[in-house]
Amino acid sequence: MNMIGSILFHLLLLFGLAPLLAGVIARVKAKIGGRTGPPLLQLYFDLAKLFRKRLVISTTTTWLFRAGPLVGFAVPLLASLLVPFGPARAPLSFTGDLILFVYLLALARFFTILAALDTGSSFEGMGAAREATFAILAEPTVFVVFIVLARVSGSFSLNDMFSPAGVAGFQGTAAIALLLVIFCLFIVLLVENCRIPFDDPNTHLELTMIHEVMVLDHSGSDLGLILYGAAMKLLLSATLIANLLRPDTGSVILDALAFVGLLLLVAVGVGLVESAMARLRLIRVPQLLVGTTLLSFFALILLLR
Amino acid sequence: MSNLNPLTLYQAAIILLLSGALLPLAAGRANRLANLLGACSALAGGGVGLLGSFSLLLGGAIVTWRMGWVSAGVNLCLHLDPLAGFFLIPVFLLIGSGALYATGYLNLPPRSWQGGRHWFCYNLLAASMALVLGAADSLLFLLAWEGMSLSSFLLVIYNLEDESARKAGWTYLVATHLGAAFLFFLFFQAYRLTGSTEFAAFEALRTLPVSGTVFFFFLALIGFGTKAGLFPMHSWLPEAHSAAPSHVSALMSGVMLKTAIYAFLRILTFLPPPPAWCGMLLAVLGLAGALFGVALATLQSDLKRSLAYSSVENIGLIFFGLGLWLYCRDGRFGGAALLFLAGALLHVWNHALFKSLLFFGAGSIVYATGTREISRLGGLLRRMPRTAVLLLIGGGAISALPPLNGLISEWLLYLGLFKAGQESGGGQAFVFMLLIILLAMVGALVLLMVTRLLGIALSGEPRGPESSRAREVGPAMLAAMSLSALLCLVVGIAPGWALKLVAAPLGLLTGGRLSGGGEVLAGLPFGPAWGWTSLALALFLIALLAWCFAGRPPDPGRSTWGCGFNKPAPRMSYTAGGYGQLAEEEVYCGCLRPGITSSRPRQLFPLRWQWRTRSVDPILVRVVAPFFTRAANLAGTWRRLQGGQLNIYLTYFFAATILLLGWAVYS
Repeated sequence: MNMIGSILFHLLLLFGLAPLLAGVIARVKAKIGGRTGPPLLQLYFDLAKLFRKRLVISTTTTWLFRAGPLVGFAVPLLASLLVPFGPARAPLSFTGDLILFVYLLALARFFTILAALDTGSSFEGMGAAREATFAILAEPTVFVVFIVLARVSGSFSLNDMFSPAGVAGFQGTAAIALLLVIFCLFIVLLVENCRIPFDDPNTHLELTMIHEVMVLDHSGSDLGLILYGAAMKLLLSATLIANLLRPDTGSVILDALAFVGLLLLVAVGVGLVESAMARLRLIRVPQLLVGTTLLSFFALILLLR
Repeated sequence: MSNLNPLTLYQAAIILLLSGALLPLAAGRANRLANLLGACSALAGGGVGLLGSFSLLLGGAIVTWRMGWVSAGVNLCLHLDPLAGFFLIPVFLLIGSGALYATGYLNLPPRSWQGGRHWFCYNLLAASMALVLGAADSLLFLLAWEGMSLSSFLLVIYNLEDESARKAGWTYLVATHLGAAFLFFLFFQAYRLTGSTEFAAFEALRTLPVSGTVFFFFLALIGFGTKAGLFPMHSWLPEAHSAAPSHVSALMSGVMLKTAIYAFLRILTFLPPPPAWCGMLLAVLGLAGALFGVALATLQSDLKRSLAYSSVENIGLIFFGLGLWLYCRDGRFGGAALLFLAGALLHVWNHALFKSLLFFGAGSIVYATGTREISRLGGLLRRMPRTAVLLLIGGGAISALPPLNGLISEWLLYLGLFKAGQESGGGQAFVFMLLIILLAMVGALVLLMVTRLLGIALSGEPRGPESSRAREVGPAMLAAMSLSALLCLVVGIAPGWALKLVAAPLGLLTGGRLSGGGEVLAGLPFGPAWGWTSLALALFLIALLAWCFAGRPPDPGRSTWGCGFNKPAPRMSYTAGGYGQLAEEEVYCGCLRPGITSSRPRQLFPLRWQWRTRSVDPILVRVVAPFFTRAANLAGTWRRLQGGQLNIYLTYFFAATILLLGWAVYS
């Protein structure tokens, strides 16, 4: 796929497909719970409605409060330009872009946290503290996964690390390492996107929430930006997994279809996990995160053996 | 610029700074005059020196200048090369901007000795820092080193009435002299082996055996590490840096610590390459310091103490890079060694820029509110909008967020680790991977620390009466902060320029043997495309934000949602203590827990309760303090010798004379 094509494919998936993943998750959860559930396109309707709504803004807040959603929307967009989307190569790619990828996500976290603290609400402060604290334990896993992939593919660029040629390096027993990496990436997806068992995006109890509590005060188009940004971040996380799983048929169209199918499959997986598990107690979350880091370490050991 | 004579400019800068130390004293009690004289000389000295150091760095010249002064027993010998020039640039920059800041920050009464005292110490500190970097003779170096220690000690206790400042000053004085003792020993040993005090003669040390190299390495590590605040010799640093006036904190944290790093590197250039395990030890100490420093920084209730602990972290990162460079110096891991060295050197600049910005900003907050307690601040983004924006830039830079300068040096360190991990196999690769993970944790912890510091201090409603009265600070202080912030942005957006400037000291330290590292540096994506893209994106985001504000006006006059509670009070908002608590309980090890003092009433009726938490430094409390208490007790037993009676002392004299006579006769 040429450069224009891959940029278009990136933008199409980001803007077009991202809200659908949230719909798929909700639908799967509803089906398993024996409910009809919201329509698949519910998030699209919500976004359309929110962007038409007026804002209600607390008098305590400043420009920082408005900047949070904006950065939270722009960052997944930028970060996904560093990642290949199936057959579409990453539009921006250079040595060490994986470091930029991690720190771009940190940029979004920085602004989301500050926007939450800007409201002066104790609930949002609490959520902000949790977000910042759990990141300490989640970030190492991301790096271990990247180390494993970099070592196998022999490249420090996400484009090669997540390409079929890069993944092909997982030969023989190293295939177990690949499975571990995919599992860890799935956990990272759940953490970074505030899904059960780490956080519940649908909860209504402020005391227990992490991410959702940080955006309690946002409304109207700002909330729309946040939801859209969150959907794109989910897509981005799912992309990492789908890239590792996807087949390499040689045909661009087939590859693209398989890639989209895998993205939807990841969403179904998230829905299944959310249906099967309960939200963890807050103090269990760090333990699970440390456990995930250890698991990713095993992948590394398998590789270095 | 390279046709300017760097030596003349450097000497002129030193003379300007020294005269800036003496002239304000001559102004006597006239504080305004002292202020004018002191600040102007510091600015002029800083400017001239900056010009000189740039021409030194760009020209790549190596200049030596000698002036024997037999009657004074001093051999004035200066040696300026790109390595010195690289460190001189932030020094002169911060001397100037610190002086500018001080003119707004010092709240001097019209007539007192304070102004003269301050500017004497400030410019003396400035001159001695510059001299430390240029000195090429052991005695001159130690003289300047001592001048730097003493003048900064006097600046730490600038607020003489403040008891905690006096105490911090004493701690600092003792620590810095303990470190200096190792340096005296180091230079004495070098003199014994080479027969000269001049650095040029120390080249003879190149033939040292491994044991001698390790000996010198450790002397330098302890001596300079103490001054730089390397873990575990850092305990003086948070005390001194938080007690000093803020522009002095910026100068001390931003560049004074770096002079020790410079001197460490300088000593290394005289030695044969130390064994690889020395490098790994240094890297491990650095990383341990980084983790320790940033973890404690998230627990401090004092704004400036938190920043001081973050200096421990950043110094740790610099030593981490240097240690890994030493470890990989023999080119075992391709270009990784060069990446580590470039990352560490660039971090020297970056830390000088963002830490000065943060200390200036913290000083502005202290100036406007009169408190350093984070949990009494809040709502400053509304009351001091310019300071707050500049502080946010500094916070972003220290958290290594794109497109600011902190990212660039961390990028180099990460990339070096990735490369080294790739090139090595088995257990060694595992060590590098472990280091990457710990470095990632440091990064996430810094984000926690910065969001805690800035989020609590700047956002929300004022948590105390001090911050509701706050007003924006004056133009001089803002200008000093803006300069640092601008440079943070410039280095972040055009890292190619900064890396070009790093190339000269890099070549000097590696002796031109880049061993495949040249391509590594050239392969980094820091070309014009990086700059234009990040600039365009940043501007686009700002424009988008402005457009959001220009859009439909929001519904006015609602307070923050408090779960149906309509009268949210500032006391209900989250505190700095609460923000760090989760990390403290769930992530950190138990030894970092803050000490709790509480007074629980025992009567039947409700009374005043007190419950205080105070973060304590485990190294200070468990290692340093017991050691010194024991030493003091031991010394106390010898006190009996000092009877205070004349006849006893006469007996000592007599005994000593007899002993000496006996010794003279016997030998």
